[in-house]
Amino acid sequence: MIESLERDVAVLGGGPAGLAAARAAAIGGASVILVEREDRLGGILKQCVHDGFGLERFGERLTGPEYAVREAASALAAGVEARTGSFVSAAARGRGGFELRCLARGRAYELGARALVLATGCRERTDRQVLIQGERPAGILTAGLAQYMVNVQGLRPGRRVVILGSGDIGLIMARRLTLEGSEVEGVYEIKGESSGLSRNVRQCLEDFGIPLHLSTTVTAVHGSGRVRGVTVAAVDPRGSPIRGSSREVACDTLVLSVGLIPENEVAVSLGLELDPVTRGPRVDQHGACLEGGLFCCGNALHVNDLADYVSESGEVAGRAAAAWALGAQGPLGASRSPARREPLPVKAGSGVLYAVPQRLDPATAGRATIYFRPNATSRAGARLVVRAAGPGALDAAGGAEILAKSYRALRPPEMERFELDLARVPAGAASISLEIERKEPYDAG
Amino acid sequence: MPDNASFVCVVCPRGCPLEVSRADGGVSVRGQACARGEAYGRAEATDPRRTLTSTVATAFADRPRLPVKSDREIPRARLLEAARSLDGILVSTRVRLGETIVGDLCGLGASLVATDSLE
Repeated sequence: MIESLERDVAVLGGGPAGLAAARAAAIGGASVILVEREDRLGGILKQCVHDGFGLERFGERLTGPEYAVREAASALAAGVEARTGSFVSAAARGRGGFELRCLARGRAYELGARALVLATGCRERTDRQVLIQGERPAGILTAGLAQYMVNVQGLRPGRRVVILGSGDIGLIMARRLTLEGSEVEGVYEIKGESSGLSRNVRQCLEDFGIPLHLSTTVTAVHGSGRVRGVTVAAVDPRGSPIRGSSREVACDTLVLSVGLIPENEVAVSLGLELDPVTRGPRVDQHGACLEGGLFCCGNALHVNDLADYVSESGEVAGRAAAAWALGAQGPLGASRSPARREPLPVKAGSGVLYAVPQRLDPATAGRATIYFRPNATSRAGARLVVRAAGPGALDAAGGAEILAKSYRALRPPEMERFELDLARVPAGAASISLEIERKEPYDAG
Repeated sequence: MPDNASFVCVVCPRGCPLEVSRADGGVSVRGQACARGEAYGRAEATDPRRTLTSTVATAFADRPRLPVKSDREIPRARLLEAARSLDGILVSTRVRLGETIVGDLCGLGASLVATDSLE
Protein backbone atom coordinates (compact mmCIF):
# COMPACT_ATOMS: atom_id res chain seq x y z
CA MET A 1 0.00 0.00 0.00
CA ILE A 2 1.24 3.48 -0.80
CA GLU A 3 2.05 5.59 2.22
CA SER A 4 -0.10 8.68 2.50
CA LEU A 5 0.77 11.76 4.55
CA GLU A 6 -1.18 14.92 5.37
CA ARG A 7 0.59 18.07 6.54
CA ASP A 8 -0.32 21.75 6.87
CA VAL A 9 2.69 22.92 4.85
CA ALA A 10 4.93 21.10 2.38
CA VAL A 11 8.22 22.74 1.41
CA LEU A 12 10.00 21.60 -1.74
CA GLY A 13 13.76 22.02 -1.54
CA GLY A 14 16.15 21.82 1.41
CA GLY A 15 18.54 24.63 0.53
CA PRO A 16 18.67 27.92 2.43
CA ALA A 17 15.25 29.08 1.14
CA GLY A 18 13.46 25.84 1.99
CA LEU A 19 15.14 25.47 5.38
CA ALA A 20 14.19 29.00 6.42
CA ALA A 21 10.66 28.58 5.05
CA ALA A 22 10.12 25.26 6.81
CA ARG A 23 11.46 26.60 10.08
CA ALA A 24 9.29 29.72 9.92
CA ALA A 25 6.20 27.66 9.09
CA ALA A 26 6.87 25.31 12.01
CA ILE A 27 7.38 28.26 14.36
CA GLY A 28 4.06 29.59 13.01
CA GLY A 29 2.35 26.49 14.40
CA ALA A 30 1.98 24.42 11.22
CA SER A 31 2.94 20.79 10.76
CA VAL A 32 5.69 20.96 8.17
CA ILE A 33 7.32 18.45 5.87
CA LEU A 34 10.37 19.36 3.83
CA VAL A 35 11.08 17.31 0.71
CA GLU A 36 14.73 17.29 -0.39
CA ARG A 37 16.10 15.43 -3.39
CA GLU A 38 19.61 14.93 -2.03
CA ASP A 39 20.67 12.86 0.96
CA ARG A 40 21.80 15.88 2.97
CA LEU A 41 20.11 19.18 3.70
CA GLY A 42 21.73 22.48 2.72
CA GLY A 43 21.36 22.56 -1.05
CA ILE A 44 24.15 24.12 -3.04
CA LEU A 45 25.69 25.62 0.12
CA LYS A 46 27.19 22.22 0.85
CA GLN A 47 29.62 22.62 -2.03
CA CYS A 48 30.32 26.35 -1.46
CA VAL A 49 33.32 25.79 0.83
CA HIS A 50 34.43 29.44 0.56
CA ASP A 51 33.41 32.00 3.15
CA GLY A 52 31.38 35.20 3.06
CA PHE A 53 27.98 33.74 3.93
CA GLY A 54 25.92 34.96 6.86
CA LEU A 55 27.23 38.51 7.20
CA GLU A 56 23.71 39.91 6.96
CA ARG A 57 21.87 37.09 8.73
CA PHE A 58 24.28 36.21 11.52
CA GLY A 59 26.77 39.09 11.52
CA GLU A 60 29.48 36.45 10.99
CA ARG A 61 31.53 35.34 8.04
CA LEU A 62 30.66 31.68 7.55
CA THR A 63 31.53 29.15 4.88
CA GLY A 64 28.65 27.60 2.91
CA PRO A 65 28.67 24.29 4.82
CA GLU A 66 28.74 26.13 8.17
CA TYR A 67 25.75 28.22 7.10
CA ALA A 68 23.91 25.11 5.89
CA VAL A 69 24.58 23.13 9.07
CA ARG A 70 23.34 26.02 11.18
CA GLU A 71 20.14 26.49 9.13
CA ALA A 72 19.39 22.76 9.01
CA ALA A 73 19.86 22.34 12.76
CA SER A 74 17.59 25.25 13.48
CA ALA A 75 14.85 23.96 11.12
CA LEU A 76 14.93 20.51 12.69
CA ALA A 77 14.92 22.01 16.20
CA ALA A 78 11.76 23.92 15.28
CA GLY A 79 10.00 20.63 14.53
CA VAL A 80 10.41 20.37 10.75
CA GLU A 81 10.16 16.82 9.44
CA ALA A 82 12.76 16.49 6.67
CA ARG A 83 12.48 13.79 4.04
CA THR A 84 15.82 13.63 2.26
CA GLY A 85 16.53 11.45 -0.76
CA SER A 86 12.98 12.31 -1.73
CA PHE A 87 11.69 13.65 -5.01
CA VAL A 88 8.35 15.09 -6.18
CA SER A 89 7.26 13.33 -9.37
CA ALA A 90 3.87 15.03 -9.80
CA ALA A 91 2.01 17.90 -8.19
CA ALA A 92 -1.68 18.80 -8.50
CA ARG A 93 -4.35 20.79 -6.74
CA GLY A 94 -6.89 18.86 -4.75
CA ARG A 95 -8.62 18.22 -1.43
CA GLY A 96 -8.33 21.76 -0.10
CA GLY A 97 -4.73 22.16 -1.05
CA PHE A 98 -2.12 20.24 -2.97
CA GLU A 99 -1.47 16.61 -3.69
CA LEU A 100 2.08 15.54 -4.38
CA ARG A 101 3.34 12.20 -5.55
CA CYS A 102 6.81 11.59 -4.19
CA LEU A 103 9.53 9.03 -4.59
CA ALA A 104 11.99 8.17 -1.84
CA ARG A 105 14.68 5.65 -2.76
CA GLY A 106 12.37 3.76 -5.08
CA ARG A 107 9.35 3.88 -2.78
CA ALA A 108 6.38 6.01 -3.73
CA TYR A 109 4.33 8.02 -1.24
CA GLU A 110 1.54 10.57 -1.43
CA LEU A 111 1.70 13.88 0.33
CA GLY A 112 -1.27 16.16 0.90
CA ALA A 113 -0.63 19.73 2.06
CA ARG A 114 -2.84 22.78 2.56
CA ALA A 115 -0.03 25.14 1.57
CA LEU A 116 2.90 24.48 -0.72
CA VAL A 117 6.19 26.40 -0.64
CA LEU A 118 8.38 26.15 -3.74
CA ALA A 119 12.03 26.53 -2.75
CA THR A 120 13.49 24.67 -5.68
CA GLY A 121 16.45 26.98 -6.33
CA CYS A 122 18.01 27.55 -9.71
CA ARG A 123 19.98 25.79 -12.41
CA GLU A 124 23.04 26.81 -14.35
CA ARG A 125 22.86 27.88 -17.95
CA THR A 126 24.81 25.27 -19.90
CA ASP A 127 27.00 25.17 -23.00
CA ARG A 128 23.90 24.36 -25.06
CA GLN A 129 22.54 27.78 -24.16
CA VAL A 130 25.47 29.90 -25.28
CA LEU A 131 26.65 30.39 -28.82
CA ILE A 132 30.04 28.74 -29.27
CA GLN A 133 31.19 27.07 -32.46
CA GLY A 134 32.72 23.63 -32.56
CA GLU A 135 31.99 20.29 -31.05
CA ARG A 136 31.36 19.51 -27.42
CA PRO A 137 34.34 17.40 -26.40
CA ALA A 138 34.98 16.35 -22.80
CA GLY A 139 36.34 19.17 -20.67
CA ILE A 140 33.45 21.65 -20.97
CA LEU A 141 31.61 22.04 -17.72
CA THR A 142 29.59 24.56 -15.78
CA ALA A 143 31.19 26.33 -12.82
CA GLY A 144 28.79 24.66 -10.38
CA LEU A 145 29.67 21.22 -11.71
CA ALA A 146 33.37 22.05 -11.46
CA GLN A 147 32.70 23.13 -7.87
CA TYR A 148 30.92 19.85 -7.11
CA MET A 149 33.76 17.82 -8.64
CA VAL A 150 36.46 19.64 -6.70
CA ASN A 151 34.78 20.24 -3.35
CA VAL A 152 32.53 17.21 -2.95
CA GLN A 153 34.02 14.48 -5.12
CA GLY A 154 37.67 15.48 -4.83
CA LEU A 155 38.24 15.33 -8.59
CA ARG A 156 40.34 17.73 -10.63
CA PRO A 157 38.53 18.91 -13.78
CA GLY A 158 41.68 19.83 -15.70
CA ARG A 159 45.20 21.25 -15.67
CA ARG A 160 44.83 24.41 -17.72
CA VAL A 161 41.47 26.13 -17.48
CA VAL A 162 39.72 28.92 -19.35
CA ILE A 163 36.65 30.40 -17.69
CA LEU A 164 33.90 31.94 -19.81
CA GLY A 165 31.67 34.35 -17.93
CA SER A 166 32.45 36.26 -14.76
CA GLY A 167 29.50 35.23 -12.63
CA ASP A 168 30.29 34.73 -8.97
CA ILE A 169 30.62 30.96 -9.18
CA GLY A 170 33.09 31.33 -12.05
CA LEU A 171 35.18 33.79 -10.03
CA ILE A 172 35.04 31.57 -6.95
CA MET A 173 36.12 28.60 -9.10
CA ALA A 174 39.02 30.55 -10.60
CA ARG A 175 40.44 30.85 -7.09
CA ARG A 176 39.46 27.34 -6.08
CA LEU A 177 41.08 25.70 -9.10
CA THR A 178 44.22 27.80 -8.58
CA LEU A 179 44.45 26.70 -4.94
CA GLU A 180 44.03 23.10 -6.09
CA GLY A 181 46.99 23.43 -8.43
CA SER A 182 45.33 24.01 -11.81
CA GLU A 183 46.41 26.90 -13.98
CA VAL A 184 43.58 29.32 -14.73
CA GLU A 185 44.60 31.04 -17.96
CA GLY A 186 41.99 33.77 -17.70
CA VAL A 187 38.37 34.74 -17.27
CA TYR A 188 36.57 36.02 -20.38
CA GLU A 189 33.49 38.21 -20.06
CA ILE A 190 31.42 39.28 -23.06
CA LYS A 191 30.10 42.33 -21.23
CA GLY A 192 32.10 45.45 -20.47
CA GLU A 193 32.11 44.74 -16.74
CA SER A 194 32.17 41.76 -14.41
CA SER A 195 28.92 39.87 -13.81
CA GLY A 196 30.02 39.03 -10.29
CA LEU A 197 30.39 40.94 -7.04
CA SER A 198 33.27 43.45 -7.01
CA ARG A 199 34.76 41.80 -3.97
CA ASN A 200 34.99 38.49 -5.80
CA VAL A 201 36.92 40.09 -8.64
CA ARG A 202 39.27 41.40 -5.99
CA GLN A 203 39.76 38.35 -3.81
CA CYS A 204 39.41 35.58 -6.42
CA LEU A 205 41.18 37.06 -9.46
CA GLU A 206 43.39 39.97 -8.43
CA ASP A 207 44.76 38.10 -5.40
CA PHE A 208 46.12 35.40 -7.71
CA GLY A 209 46.99 37.52 -10.74
CA ILE A 210 44.32 35.89 -12.91
CA PRO A 211 43.46 38.20 -15.82
CA LEU A 212 39.85 39.27 -16.44
CA HIS A 213 39.30 39.98 -20.15
CA LEU A 214 36.25 42.22 -20.51
CA SER A 215 34.29 42.62 -23.77
CA THR A 216 35.85 39.36 -24.87
CA THR A 217 34.25 35.99 -25.44
CA VAL A 218 34.96 32.42 -26.47
CA THR A 219 33.86 31.94 -30.07
CA ALA A 220 34.96 28.36 -30.74
CA VAL A 221 36.03 25.20 -28.96
CA HIS A 222 38.80 23.01 -30.41
CA GLY A 223 39.48 19.36 -29.89
CA SER A 224 37.65 16.13 -30.39
CA GLY A 225 37.43 13.72 -27.53
CA ARG A 226 38.98 16.31 -25.18
CA VAL A 227 39.19 20.12 -25.28
CA ARG A 228 42.60 21.24 -26.54
CA GLY A 229 41.92 24.94 -26.81
CA VAL A 230 39.46 27.71 -27.48
CA THR A 231 39.31 30.76 -29.74
CA VAL A 232 38.64 34.04 -27.97
CA ALA A 233 37.72 37.33 -29.62
CA ALA A 234 36.98 40.89 -28.59
CA VAL A 235 33.35 41.94 -29.08
CA ASP A 236 31.75 45.20 -30.09
CA PRO A 237 29.19 46.96 -27.86
CA ARG A 238 26.44 44.71 -29.27
CA GLY A 239 28.37 41.59 -28.34
CA SER A 240 29.41 40.61 -31.88
CA PRO A 241 32.99 39.35 -32.32
CA ILE A 242 35.29 41.93 -33.91
CA ARG A 243 36.94 40.64 -37.08
CA GLY A 244 40.69 40.20 -36.74
CA SER A 245 40.69 40.23 -32.95
CA SER A 246 40.56 36.49 -32.41
CA ARG A 247 43.34 34.37 -30.99
CA GLU A 248 43.69 30.78 -29.87
CA VAL A 249 44.23 29.82 -26.24
CA ALA A 250 45.48 26.36 -25.34
CA CYS A 251 43.54 24.70 -22.50
CA ASP A 252 42.13 21.31 -21.57
CA THR A 253 39.09 22.64 -19.74
CA LEU A 254 36.46 25.31 -20.40
CA VAL A 255 34.42 26.32 -17.37
CA LEU A 256 31.18 28.21 -18.02
CA SER A 257 29.79 30.77 -15.60
CA VAL A 258 27.14 32.24 -17.85
CA GLY A 259 24.13 32.64 -15.66
CA LEU A 260 21.56 30.96 -13.48
CA ILE A 261 17.92 30.26 -14.23
CA PRO A 262 15.24 29.72 -11.56
CA GLU A 263 14.07 26.13 -11.44
CA ASN A 264 10.29 26.05 -11.65
CA GLU A 265 9.28 22.74 -13.16
CA VAL A 266 6.80 22.07 -10.35
CA ALA A 267 5.45 25.62 -10.51
CA VAL A 268 4.84 25.32 -14.25
CA SER A 269 3.20 21.91 -13.82
CA LEU A 270 0.75 23.62 -11.45
CA GLY A 271 -0.10 26.12 -14.19
CA LEU A 272 1.87 29.08 -12.81
CA GLU A 273 2.88 31.73 -15.30
CA LEU A 274 6.47 32.90 -14.93
CA ASP A 275 7.73 36.47 -15.02
CA PRO A 276 9.72 36.70 -18.28
CA VAL A 277 12.48 38.78 -16.64
CA THR A 278 13.01 37.01 -13.31
CA ARG A 279 11.89 33.64 -14.75
CA GLY A 280 10.22 32.89 -11.44
CA PRO A 281 6.57 33.08 -10.40
CA ARG A 282 5.02 36.46 -9.66
CA VAL A 283 4.42 36.92 -5.96
CA ASP A 284 3.29 39.48 -3.38
CA GLN A 285 5.34 40.61 -0.38
CA HIS A 286 4.58 37.33 1.42
CA GLY A 287 5.95 35.22 -1.41
CA ALA A 288 2.35 34.27 -2.23
CA CYS A 289 1.40 33.47 -5.80
CA LEU A 290 -2.03 34.61 -6.98
CA GLU A 291 -3.18 31.01 -6.70
CA GLY A 292 -4.21 30.50 -3.08
CA GLY A 293 -1.91 28.50 -0.85
CA LEU A 294 1.05 28.49 -3.21
CA PHE A 295 4.25 30.27 -2.18
CA CYS A 296 7.67 30.70 -3.72
CA CYS A 297 10.98 31.91 -2.28
CA GLY A 298 14.73 32.06 -2.76
CA ASN A 299 16.42 31.49 -6.09
CA ALA A 300 13.32 29.84 -7.55
CA LEU A 301 11.73 33.28 -7.34
CA HIS A 302 14.65 35.25 -8.77
CA VAL A 303 18.38 34.62 -8.72
CA ASN A 304 19.90 36.23 -5.63
CA ASP A 305 23.56 36.97 -5.10
CA LEU A 306 23.52 36.37 -1.33
CA ALA A 307 22.32 33.32 0.56
CA ASP A 308 21.31 35.65 3.38
CA TYR A 309 18.56 37.19 1.24
CA VAL A 310 17.48 33.75 0.09
CA SER A 311 16.96 32.79 3.73
CA GLU A 312 15.13 36.03 4.37
CA SER A 313 12.65 35.40 1.56
CA GLY A 314 12.19 31.81 2.72
CA GLU A 315 11.32 32.99 6.19
CA VAL A 316 8.69 35.38 4.83
CA ALA A 317 7.10 32.73 2.61
CA GLY A 318 7.14 30.06 5.32
CA ARG A 319 5.45 32.32 7.84
CA ALA A 320 2.74 33.25 5.34
CA ALA A 321 2.26 29.62 4.27
CA ALA A 322 1.64 28.59 7.87
CA ALA A 323 -0.83 31.44 8.33
CA TRP A 324 -2.68 30.37 5.18
CA ALA A 325 -2.74 26.70 6.14
CA LEU A 326 -3.99 27.45 9.63
CA GLY A 327 -6.60 29.87 8.29
CA ALA A 328 -5.21 32.88 10.12
CA GLN A 329 -6.43 36.29 9.09
CA GLY A 330 -3.87 38.27 11.06
CA PRO A 331 -1.44 40.85 9.80
CA LEU A 332 0.70 38.14 8.20
CA GLY A 333 -2.26 36.39 6.68
CA ALA A 334 -2.12 35.73 3.04
CA SER A 335 -5.86 35.89 3.57
CA ARG A 336 -7.86 32.77 2.82
CA SER A 337 -10.85 34.76 1.58
CA PRO A 338 -10.63 36.19 -1.93
CA ALA A 339 -8.66 39.42 -1.93
CA ARG A 340 -10.84 42.22 -0.71
CA ARG A 341 -8.96 44.64 -2.86
CA GLU A 342 -7.07 44.15 -6.08
CA PRO A 343 -3.38 43.49 -5.61
CA LEU A 344 -1.23 46.53 -6.25
CA PRO A 345 1.23 45.96 -9.12
CA VAL A 346 4.88 46.88 -8.45
CA LYS A 347 6.38 48.06 -11.72
CA ALA A 348 10.02 48.18 -12.77
CA GLY A 349 10.29 51.67 -14.26
CA SER A 350 13.15 53.46 -15.94
CA GLY A 351 16.58 52.13 -14.98
CA VAL A 352 15.18 49.09 -13.16
CA LEU A 353 15.66 45.58 -14.56
CA TYR A 354 13.13 43.99 -12.24
CA ALA A 355 11.49 44.30 -8.85
CA VAL A 356 10.34 41.47 -6.58
CA PRO A 357 7.63 41.16 -5.30
CA GLN A 358 5.73 42.02 -8.46
CA ARG A 359 2.67 43.10 -6.48
CA LEU A 360 1.65 44.10 -2.98
CA ASP A 361 -1.24 42.65 -1.03
CA PRO A 362 -3.08 45.79 0.08
CA ALA A 363 -4.99 43.86 2.75
CA THR A 364 -1.94 43.66 4.97
CA ALA A 365 -0.23 46.48 6.83
CA GLY A 366 3.36 46.81 7.98
CA ARG A 367 6.48 46.81 5.88
CA ALA A 368 7.21 45.02 2.65
CA THR A 369 10.75 44.08 1.63
CA ILE A 370 11.34 44.85 -2.02
CA TYR A 371 14.34 43.56 -3.97
CA PHE A 372 15.46 45.07 -7.24
CA ARG A 373 18.26 45.10 -9.77
CA PRO A 374 19.27 48.14 -11.84
CA ASN A 375 19.56 47.61 -15.59
CA ALA A 376 22.81 49.59 -15.89
CA THR A 377 25.82 50.51 -13.79
CA SER A 378 25.87 53.87 -12.02
CA ARG A 379 29.31 54.58 -10.67
CA ALA A 380 28.72 58.19 -9.71
CA GLY A 381 25.74 57.44 -7.51
CA ALA A 382 22.03 57.09 -8.15
CA ARG A 383 18.70 57.77 -6.54
CA LEU A 384 15.88 55.27 -6.33
CA VAL A 385 12.43 56.82 -6.37
CA VAL A 386 9.27 54.88 -5.58
CA ARG A 387 6.06 56.47 -6.82
CA ALA A 388 2.43 55.59 -6.39
CA ALA A 389 0.23 56.11 -9.43
CA GLY A 390 -3.51 56.17 -9.44
CA PRO A 391 -6.63 57.98 -10.52
CA GLY A 392 -7.07 61.73 -10.10
CA ALA A 393 -4.60 63.96 -8.32
CA LEU A 394 -2.02 61.22 -7.88
CA ASP A 395 -1.23 61.35 -11.56
CA ALA A 396 -0.49 65.07 -11.56
CA ALA A 397 3.31 64.82 -11.39
CA GLY A 398 3.76 61.33 -12.74
CA GLY A 399 2.68 59.88 -9.42
CA ALA A 400 3.25 60.70 -5.78
CA GLU A 401 6.74 60.04 -4.46
CA ILE A 402 6.42 57.68 -1.50
CA LEU A 403 10.06 56.73 -0.96
CA ALA A 404 13.47 57.85 -2.15
CA LYS A 405 16.83 56.33 -1.41
CA SER A 406 20.33 57.30 -2.49
CA TYR A 407 23.00 54.83 -3.52
CA ARG A 408 26.70 55.51 -3.90
CA ALA A 409 26.82 53.04 -6.77
CA LEU A 410 24.47 50.58 -8.45
CA ARG A 411 25.50 47.57 -10.54
CA PRO A 412 23.22 44.98 -12.18
CA PRO A 413 25.12 42.05 -10.60
CA GLU A 414 24.48 43.47 -7.14
CA MET A 415 20.90 43.13 -5.97
CA GLU A 416 19.52 45.86 -3.74
CA ARG A 417 16.74 45.73 -1.18
CA PHE A 418 14.69 48.24 0.74
CA GLU A 419 11.68 48.22 2.99
CA LEU A 420 8.50 50.05 2.15
CA ASP A 421 6.12 51.11 4.88
CA LEU A 422 2.74 50.24 3.37
CA ALA A 423 1.11 53.07 5.31
CA ARG A 424 2.86 55.39 2.84
CA VAL A 425 0.98 53.96 -0.10
CA PRO A 426 -2.04 56.24 -0.67
CA ALA A 427 -5.47 54.61 -0.55
CA GLY A 428 -6.28 55.50 -4.16
CA ALA A 429 -3.07 54.05 -5.61
CA ALA A 430 -3.48 51.68 -8.57
CA SER A 431 0.20 50.71 -8.82
CA ILE A 432 3.61 51.65 -7.55
CA SER A 433 6.73 51.99 -9.64
CA LEU A 434 10.47 51.99 -9.03
CA GLU A 435 12.67 54.36 -11.00
CA ILE A 436 16.39 55.02 -10.90
CA GLU A 437 17.68 58.53 -11.44
CA ARG A 438 21.34 58.34 -12.38
CA LYS A 439 23.89 61.00 -11.63
CA GLU A 440 25.78 60.26 -14.86
CA PRO A 441 24.83 59.71 -18.49
CA TYR A 442 24.17 56.19 -19.71
CA ASP A 443 27.16 54.20 -20.98
CA ALA A 444 27.12 53.13 -24.60
CA GLY A 445 27.02 49.53 -23.35
CA MET B 1 52.39 48.84 -2.00
CA PRO B 2 52.81 52.17 -3.77
CA ASP B 3 52.00 55.35 -1.87
CA ASN B 4 48.46 55.37 -3.23
CA ALA B 5 46.26 52.41 -4.03
CA SER B 6 42.61 51.88 -4.76
CA PHE B 7 40.88 48.56 -4.34
CA VAL B 8 37.54 47.08 -3.41
CA CYS B 9 36.83 46.20 0.21
CA VAL B 10 36.10 42.47 0.60
CA VAL B 11 34.80 42.56 4.17
CA CYS B 12 31.15 42.40 3.16
CA PRO B 13 29.08 42.11 -0.05
CA ARG B 14 28.70 45.87 -0.28
CA GLY B 15 32.19 46.08 -1.83
CA CYS B 16 33.15 49.68 -1.08
CA PRO B 17 35.78 51.23 -3.38
CA LEU B 18 38.62 52.15 -1.02
CA GLU B 19 41.41 54.62 -1.59
CA VAL B 20 44.40 54.14 0.62
CA SER B 21 47.30 56.54 0.75
CA ARG B 22 50.50 56.57 2.72
CA ALA B 23 52.07 59.79 3.80
CA ASP B 24 54.31 60.88 6.66
CA GLY B 25 54.50 57.34 8.00
CA GLY B 26 50.71 57.10 8.40
CA VAL B 27 48.06 55.34 6.34
CA SER B 28 44.75 57.00 5.50
CA VAL B 29 41.71 55.20 4.10
CA ARG B 30 38.86 56.80 2.20
CA GLY B 31 35.68 55.44 0.58
CA GLN B 32 34.63 52.98 3.26
CA ALA B 33 31.10 52.87 4.65
CA CYS B 34 32.07 51.45 8.05
CA ALA B 35 34.90 51.01 10.54
CA ARG B 36 35.57 47.46 9.37
CA GLY B 37 36.36 48.88 5.94
CA GLU B 38 38.89 51.28 7.40
CA ALA B 39 40.60 48.47 9.31
CA TYR B 40 40.61 46.32 6.18
CA GLY B 41 42.01 49.11 4.02
CA ARG B 42 44.79 49.75 6.51
CA ALA B 43 45.67 46.05 6.85
CA GLU B 44 45.44 45.49 3.11
CA ALA B 45 47.94 48.27 2.52
CA THR B 46 50.44 47.04 5.11
CA ASP B 47 49.91 43.30 5.69
CA PRO B 48 47.23 41.75 3.43
CA ARG B 49 45.69 38.61 4.95
CA ARG B 50 43.04 36.10 3.90
CA THR B 51 41.17 33.17 5.36
CA LEU B 52 42.12 29.97 3.55
CA THR B 53 39.09 27.85 2.65
CA SER B 54 39.59 24.49 0.97
CA THR B 55 38.90 20.78 1.37
CA VAL B 56 40.97 17.79 2.49
CA ALA B 57 40.69 14.12 1.57
CA THR B 58 38.88 11.67 3.83
CA ALA B 59 38.92 7.89 4.11
CA PHE B 60 35.13 7.72 3.59
CA ALA B 61 33.64 6.76 0.25
CA ASP B 62 30.33 8.50 1.03
CA ARG B 63 32.10 11.79 1.82
CA PRO B 64 35.45 11.86 0.02
CA ARG B 65 36.19 15.51 0.89
CA LEU B 66 35.94 17.49 4.13
CA PRO B 67 35.56 21.29 3.84
CA VAL B 68 38.06 23.19 6.01
CA LYS B 69 39.22 26.72 6.76
CA SER B 70 42.00 28.46 8.60
CA ASP B 71 40.60 29.66 11.93
CA ARG B 72 42.22 33.03 11.37
CA GLU B 73 43.56 34.97 8.44
CA ILE B 74 46.99 34.16 7.09
CA PRO B 75 49.31 36.32 4.94
CA ARG B 76 47.93 36.52 1.40
CA ALA B 77 51.36 35.79 -0.05
CA ARG B 78 51.36 32.37 1.65
CA LEU B 79 47.86 31.20 0.62
CA LEU B 80 49.11 28.93 -2.17
CA GLU B 81 51.79 27.41 0.01
CA ALA B 82 49.24 26.74 2.76
CA ALA B 83 46.81 25.25 0.23
CA ARG B 84 49.51 22.94 -1.13
CA SER B 85 50.30 21.71 2.39
CA LEU B 86 46.80 20.18 2.58
CA ASP B 87 47.52 17.72 -0.23
CA GLY B 88 48.87 14.95 1.99
CA ILE B 89 46.15 15.10 4.64
CA LEU B 90 43.76 12.18 5.03
CA VAL B 91 40.98 12.47 7.61
CA SER B 92 40.14 9.01 8.90
CA THR B 93 37.65 9.77 11.68
CA ARG B 94 34.11 11.11 11.39
CA VAL B 95 35.04 14.61 12.55
CA ARG B 96 32.50 17.26 13.45
CA LEU B 97 32.25 20.89 12.43
CA GLY B 98 34.79 23.00 14.32
CA GLU B 99 37.23 20.18 15.06
CA THR B 100 40.90 20.95 14.48
CA ILE B 101 42.50 19.09 11.57
CA VAL B 102 45.95 20.74 11.64
CA GLY B 103 47.23 22.51 14.75
CA ASP B 104 49.58 25.02 13.17
CA LEU B 105 49.25 25.52 9.45
CA CYS B 106 52.73 26.00 7.92
CA GLY B 107 53.91 27.67 11.11
CA LEU B 108 51.55 30.58 10.47
CA GLY B 109 49.88 30.45 13.87
CA ALA B 110 46.52 29.45 12.40
CA SER B 111 44.72 26.14 12.86
CA LEU B 112 42.91 24.30 10.13
CA VAL B 113 39.38 23.45 11.28
CA ALA B 114 36.53 21.41 9.80
CA THR B 115 33.67 23.52 8.42
CA ASP B 116 31.30 20.57 8.03
CA SER B 117 30.59 17.34 9.88
CA LEU B 118 31.29 13.95 8.37
CA GLU B 119 28.45 12.25 10.22
